Amino acid sequence: MSGYLASLEAESIEIIREAVALAEKPVMMYSIGKDSSVMLHLARKAFWPAAPPFPLLHVDTTWKFREMIAFRNRMAQESGMKLLVHTNHQRKAEGVNPFTYDSDTYTGLMKTEALKQALDAGKFDVIIGGARRDEEKSRAKERIFSFRSPGHRWDPKLQRPELWNIYNARIHPGESIRVFPLSNWTEADIWQYIADENIEIVKLYFAAPRPVVKRSGQWIMVDDDRFPLNPGEVPEMRTVRFRTLGCYPLTAAIESKATTIAEIVEETQTARTSERQGRLIDHDQSASMEKKKQEGYF
Amino acid sequence: MRDTLRFITCGSVDDGKSTLIGRLLWESKQVFEDHLSALERDSTRYGTQGEAIDLALLVDGLQSEREQSITIDVAYRFFATPRRRFVVADTPGHEQYTRNMATGASTSELAVLVVNGSKGLQTQTHRHARIVSLLGIKHLVMAINKMDLTGWDEVAFAKIVEDFQPVVRDLGFETFQPIPISALNGDNITELSSAAPWYKGPALLTYLEEIDATTGVPDLKFRMPVQLVNRPNHDFRGYCGRVASGKVGVGDRVRIVPGGMETKVRSIVAWKAELPSAGSGDSVTLCLEDEVDVSRGSVIVASSDPLELSEQFEARVLCLSDHHLVAGRSYLLNLHTCQAVATITAIKHQVDVRTGSHLAAKTLAMNDIGVVNISTDRPVPFEPYDRCRRLGSFILVDRLTNETIGAGMIDFSLRRAANIRWQAVDIHKAARARQKLQKPVCLWFTGLSASGKSTIANMLEKRLFAAGKHTYMLDGDNIRHGLNRDLGFTESDRVENIRRVTEVARLFVDAGLITIVSFISPYRAERDLARSRFEVGEFIEVYVDTPLEECERRDPKGLYAKARRGELTNFTGIDSEYEPPESAEIRLDTVNNTVEQCVEHILYKLEHGMASKPEAN
Ligand SMILES: Nc1nc2c(ncn2[C@@H]2O[C@H](COP(=O)(O)OP(=O)(O)O)[C@@H](O)[C@H]2O)c(=O)[nH]1
Repeated sequence: MSGYLASLEAESIEIIREAVALAEKPVMMYSIGKDSSVMLHLARKAFWPAAPPFPLLHVDTTWKFREMIAFRNRMAQESGMKLLVHTNHQRKAEGVNPFTYDSDTYTGLMKTEALKQALDAGKFDVIIGGARRDEEKSRAKERIFSFRSPGHRWDPKLQRPELWNIYNARIHPGESIRVFPLSNWTEADIWQYIADENIEIVKLYFAAPRPVVKRSGQWIMVDDDRFPLNPGEVPEMRTVRFRTLGCYPLTAAIESKATTIAEIVEETQTARTSERQGRLIDHDQSASMEKKKQEGYF
Repeated sequence: MRDTLRFITCGSVDDGKSTLIGRLLWESKQVFEDHLSALERDSTRYGTQGEAIDLALLVDGLQSEREQSITIDVAYRFFATPRRRFVVADTPGHEQYTRNMATGASTSELAVLVVNGSKGLQTQTHRHARIVSLLGIKHLVMAINKMDLTGWDEVAFAKIVEDFQPVVRDLGFETFQPIPISALNGDNITELSSAAPWYKGPALLTYLEEIDATTGVPDLKFRMPVQLVNRPNHDFRGYCGRVASGKVGVGDRVRIVPGGMETKVRSIVAWKAELPSAGSGDSVTLCLEDEVDVSRGSVIVASSDPLELSEQFEARVLCLSDHHLVAGRSYLLNLHTCQAVATITAIKHQVDVRTGSHLAAKTLAMNDIGVVNISTDRPVPFEPYDRCRRLGSFILVDRLTNETIGAGMIDFSLRRAANIRWQAVDIHKAARARQKLQKPVCLWFTGLSASGKSTIANMLEKRLFAAGKHTYMLDGDNIRHGLNRDLGFTESDRVENIRRVTEVARLFVDAGLITIVSFISPYRAERDLARSRFEVGEFIEVYVDTPLEECERRDPKGLYAKARRGELTNFTGIDSEYEPPESAEIRLDTVNNTVEQCVEHILYKLEHGMASKPEAN
């Protein structure tokens, strides 16, 4: 492993250990994607030979790729950690879905609201998440220990100055801290680390023939028969892969021939677009991520 | 050299800092197409460049700040070139944002100070330089921007640099590189621009790729603050932490502070494997031979290099909050992994960050920096900040609001905690050197009579002294008249002369001093003998290479003339041979260089740790 990656790894392990040392009831968000896979790997390293002393939490919108769910269950078992899965059943029963509702409403209810429900139910005070500063402009200023007011709101003015490697996790009841151990990683670092450490990831990241349709110039995978096809629309087989994984109707695939980690690393190094390009939720408004964050989105 | 450089950028509003960072990201191809199309959209809406793309918008993040067209808070950006990775802490320049700058500086090794070349130095520039220096940054780049607006005026550039030199010296920066640039047009960013043929230095990115940004502070031995105790079952008990300094190996003797118990390292546990050793920056789990009392906040240290423990220190403190820091009030103090209740017992003075002068103060308001005395409810383990950032930095947390209200850097302990037993330890060379914050070396000047040895050595000593270094000079004057009064100029006396000088120099280096020896020392064999008495890297041969004709021409004391007339015998260069060094670490050409230039050259090599390799003749 390069010196650079080794020091990123050491820093992340230090952060995860601080989170645990300072928390009453910590939890780690697990979204099954590549960043989550790296974060889980780092957590296991941090506490080896013990299992990480916190549960994994997955907010399941029920619209994840099927492959992701199987992978999630296997990983939780392998790590010896408890897996908590939460779905916003009430909204689900009300018929919220990613097709009839705009992505803002859908994400707001099935992800953000669901996450708050799960955190409140579990009374977690420190929530470890996999966000990176390089993902998006408004993330570049995010703290490693990010303060959340009651109701999980993120207020830029209440963020605590963060100097050196000293973190302030003291809170009053109802407040919480989100901890981002991958803050200083870039997408390229994540892939390089996956390659160097041989970390298992969901197969959807590798190119394979998959059934897709073209919507607003992007390839969307038809993962199950809940996908409502437009009149005359026929799924076609294309060799595609995903740079990020979310809900399948909201995550665009890219055409690619990369079937190994090495090929993916090479592709990312020459990529012309950012990975968030494939996330349909980000393009809505210029500062959409900032707004979502204030409401408590991860 | 490290493969990552963490640096902070600072500058006053509108000097072009955002444009510069946008430019660096752009040039290193970190801008994706979708970011670019957002940028094109935004450029017309918020930009200052009309229809053209405004690179500053690449980095001005939050919507609220975009609407005010200013940068608030600290943003972290990442970019890479094939040679190095960069982490940029981007901080705004407003007066009220000292705390942001301190935050960015706390994890940076170098500062890029952006100055508007068409306006010249501003008070802000001094302020920024002082803040980054207070936070321990030793390497400074001054990016003199908007040179296009000055028509690439060399004189304007030189004046800014000259006016700023005293500040650089005052604040003790180890390196300083001024670079004329245009962030807007991309001149002197990745490559040298034809706009300024008079500029002979490196382009900005090239310099950032190449600089060795470590500091001259000697390394401490092993220290690891314990983050947590990992105890999954009765068979395993490991201490988790990140190594703050030095190295540790299996079998090494270590001590626990506080407590003072000694034991040995049984194993270093990593993921599904064990390691033979670990070094500074590694996150590890240590298992120890004996059952000792270790908990979060303890520091495991090399037995041979004890760590200080104190309940009272003097520190520099920066107030980060609207709530003033007040003497007599108690706060929570987080120092590495250790927490204590702390009280500011006295505010000694406030530092005027513009001039460095001391102001009387009763409280410290947001963005004020002061020197204070702090006492804690129990002794805590620490190192002075200038020796180890990780063990010398702390934050103060308000006990009521939980706000991070202050950030501090420990300067020294005011009193040794009374109840600590100090194991007798050897005071050795490394310990003495560390106390003086310098690497002791012997600079051995050799060269003909009148070659310029003493003049250069004298000026060098003055410069080192001014920089706070501890030095001593050995030359004919203080040796021949005392210690070696019994020796003459025969060959055997000369050899004995040099032998004694060598031994004295060795003792001085052992005492931690930068020792300057200035003797003709004509014979290669005796210089090599001198060298053999020092450790590798400690002996630096400085060859003052002035041709005989030139020395004879200078002849300040008329000695060559006397020797030529036969009134002096055994005179080196005339009737006694001088054997020039074959691989001196430093060679000075005094015909083509001034004394100042020679001294600068030596200082440069010392600062950059390059004085241990021979220089080409
Ligand atoms: N002529 C010229 N203008 C520049 C240069 N760099 C920046 N500017 C302009 O100076 C203004 C302020 O730049 P900005 O990067 O926002 O400054 P910041 O406040 O320091 O971040 C903008 O209009 C820039 O386009 C330069 O090298 N030459």
